[in-house]
Amino acid sequence: MSERVPFPEQIAATSKVAERFGDLHPPLDRQAAVPEANRCLYCFDAPCTNACPTHIDVPRFIKKIASGNLSGSARTILDANILGASCSRACPVEVLCEGACVMHRYNKQPIQIARLQRFAMDALYDSGAPLPFEPGAETGLSVALVGAGPASLACAAELRRRGIRADLYDARPLPGGLNTYGVAEYKLPLVESLREIEMLAQLGVDFHFETRIDAAGLAELEQKHHAVFLGIGLGAIHKLGVAGERLPGVTNALDLIAGYKSGSLTTVPNRVVVVGAGNTAIDAAIAAVRLGAIDVHIVYRRGPEQMSAFTFEYEHAKNEGVKFLWHVQPTGIRGSRAVEGIELTKLDSTDDGSIVPQEGSEFVLEADLIVLSIGQATHSGFLSEYPGEFGKIQAERGRIVIDRETGQTSNPKFFAGGDCTNGGREVVDAVADGKRAGVSIAAWLEAQHVIV
Amino acid sequence: MSSSKPTLETTFCGISCLNPFWLASAPPTNCGEQVMRAFDAGWGGAVWKTIGEPITNVSSRYSSIDWEGRRMMGFNNIELISDRPIEVNLREIAEVKRRYPKHVVIASLMVESKRESWHDIVQRAEDAGADGLELNFGCPHGMSERGMGSAVGQVPEYCEQITGWVKEKARTPVIVKLTPNISDIRIPARAAKRGGADALSAINTINSITGIDLDTFQPNPNVDGKSSHGGYCGPAVKPIALNMVQQIQADAGSVLPLSGIGGIGGWRDVAEFILLGCSTVQVCTAAMHYGYRIVEDMQDGLLNWMSEKGFATLEDFRGLSLPNVREWKQLNLNYQIVARIHEDLCIGCQLCYTACWDGAHQCIHLDRTSPVLDTTRTPAMVEVEAARRISSTPIPKLDTGSARTISAVTPLERIPRVDEHHCVGCNLCSLVCPVENCITMERIDKGISAESWEQRVAKGMVPSGASGVMSTNT
Repeated sequence: MSERVPFPEQIAATSKVAERFGDLHPPLDRQAAVPEANRCLYCFDAPCTNACPTHIDVPRFIKKIASGNLSGSARTILDANILGASCSRACPVEVLCEGACVMHRYNKQPIQIARLQRFAMDALYDSGAPLPFEPGAETGLSVALVGAGPASLACAAELRRRGIRADLYDARPLPGGLNTYGVAEYKLPLVESLREIEMLAQLGVDFHFETRIDAAGLAELEQKHHAVFLGIGLGAIHKLGVAGERLPGVTNALDLIAGYKSGSLTTVPNRVVVVGAGNTAIDAAIAAVRLGAIDVHIVYRRGPEQMSAFTFEYEHAKNEGVKFLWHVQPTGIRGSRAVEGIELTKLDSTDDGSIVPQEGSEFVLEADLIVLSIGQATHSGFLSEYPGEFGKIQAERGRIVIDRETGQTSNPKFFAGGDCTNGGREVVDAVADGKRAGVSIAAWLEAQHVIV
Repeated sequence: MSSSKPTLETTFCGISCLNPFWLASAPPTNCGEQVMRAFDAGWGGAVWKTIGEPITNVSSRYSSIDWEGRRMMGFNNIELISDRPIEVNLREIAEVKRRYPKHVVIASLMVESKRESWHDIVQRAEDAGADGLELNFGCPHGMSERGMGSAVGQVPEYCEQITGWVKEKARTPVIVKLTPNISDIRIPARAAKRGGADALSAINTINSITGIDLDTFQPNPNVDGKSSHGGYCGPAVKPIALNMVQQIQADAGSVLPLSGIGGIGGWRDVAEFILLGCSTVQVCTAAMHYGYRIVEDMQDGLLNWMSEKGFATLEDFRGLSLPNVREWKQLNLNYQIVARIHEDLCIGCQLCYTACWDGAHQCIHLDRTSPVLDTTRTPAMVEVEAARRISSTPIPKLDTGSARTISAVTPLERIPRVDEHHCVGCNLCSLVCPVENCITMERIDKGISAESWEQRVAKGMVPSGASGVMSTNT
């Protein structure tokens, strides 16, 4: 293997754009972290641990911060969640660990678990110490992992710790999937995502970039490897299906976020309209503000109670100056050579819960850039054409069907996890899926390859 | 309730005091400029940093113990007595007394163990205008190696003899400051009393090494890579000081007007020392930590508390707690309390559960949702069950569809249960519980009258055990 360049060094130096995306939650310093850690009650069978999809032993890692055992703290985190640094920044902790903190029942602020987790992980990286795990003794077994996002990375870590080869294939030039390209920069900077994945390379994970796997490629992987993990995520963002959608100035939220994070997009025009009200739409709208837009609207066909974005994301967007238009539906995009505006129709909700257009309520919202964030399609379609040896890989509504505890698909040699199985959840859910699948693949392989 | 406003004015072994708050002999009373600023801030008195033949100090000379994010819970010094010439100190004492005639200035003294030396320094301190003299028989470091400080305080004969020399000469009250670095504080206290002391002050600092730097292996404070035992003080030492104060006050051979010292930082501490019989208090570490200004709340808080309790003067409550400190053998063996967990306040942290199992008597259980009460399941077994469940535990946000995962009500399965029949009333659970009033200790009326071990021995119910062995606490 030729001398490889560490992932964080493969990107250009911090662009000016990234500077506009300062930390949403600045790091704690030691003077703040230790008292905060001491505030933790050290609950028995702690609710925060239960609420974390990867079940990090939260009180244990926090008490290690209090005692000054930072490397032990980081190890406790990584043992449960190999992407502990990304999750500490990207997790919606308000509805996960911090949401479950018993302090709520005492009318007190919950322990700042995420910031403490970041404190421990930053300390590990700053110390220059290697990942506190070693690859297991080589078993001669190997697994192909399709997609290099959080699910596959977590799966690969479990496999390597058990001495199983892990070959990751990804269409992009860098690993991390949405961690690297899709999480807002003020939550998880691109370089932080790469810094964390760089440590996985020490476990001997093999990366194959700019490699797109189709049905034929998958068949090949099945031949070459003892098992295959599918961490293929989701596909393209849905289209509106209205006139003018192909005009220059129509884009989607994921391309916008990936664009500014990787430095190919450095500015946006003055007037931006984001269609949709999920967490990704919020990220895109805030990005537009920070990239220089003067007027940013989110348009959504239902009301604030129905939007899928978390309440704290909504509040954050309002603080950044994003304006919301509720109960409107895009019916067309105006413009001759480029986007000039979006046609909207007001909606009424009927007694049976459906929504109908209000007659004569059409209006035009002027815009220079329209960002679509109305859900993602799946791209597991190619699996149906797959001529499997053990059988088809079953999917429902585009999502790969798995056994939740093991990640195994209907084709026993194939395992899957992350967005392609759950339709799009948090990074930490993907990590949990990948971890469970990694453990299960190892157990399944052991059962298949008992040395007699 | 007393109708008149309470006062902090008091008298200590004949010395009139505006209030009982004195600065102890230490860096905060090193010079006249400091003492005058302290008086302006509200301190009623100052014990001047010990005067004697000037010494040379080392650097560094302080170190401290931080606890759970709070600084200086325990403090340690290897600083010696004043490094300024005797004449300068005495001149400044005279200047302070001229400007602040109503404030108390006590001269702390330490000279070599010669009668003439003591006579000389006593005369000069009183000529400068000191209201009283405090004999430093307590300094545990440095000076003791020269036959002074605690080297005197640890030997009753020296203590008595030097007190006697001072009394031959002194016209003002003589206060002997005691060292805690001794097996029984009453022995030097009695010696000082025999020597004619008018009052005592206690405690001086406790011999200590605060800690070792785990990178360099050097103890703190670091003096060119080496260190020495130093004097420990600050909030951490208050319980030790209170115990010694009580021992002195409860002993007829020792009892004298007492100036309490040791971890005092606020009015609550002051009230406790006075309830155990002190007339004034001396403060150092808290003033070094936060400055002279802390005296404002000491005055304000103590006066407010006195108003609430109906005390007009310090004498009204001085020593009130002394009758409540008894020997163990006099405690009521028939008094029984048990822990009660108030479910409406419990937040489900289960600290009481682990504390009772690992640290106490295994009387708290996690079986509220089980049909059969189970007193045999250990925390380790509960943990294993939880670990087995955990991979399929629903994730609240994702699996219940609710954004707000926590309800105000703690689930019953998280609320521990006390087995009241086995609870020994040790109190540990209520001490670890983070929620105020969540675990209360409730009295169980057993319908039998009070009885102590002493009474049982008297009735011949139990053997008295070995006699003639002197307990350190009796």
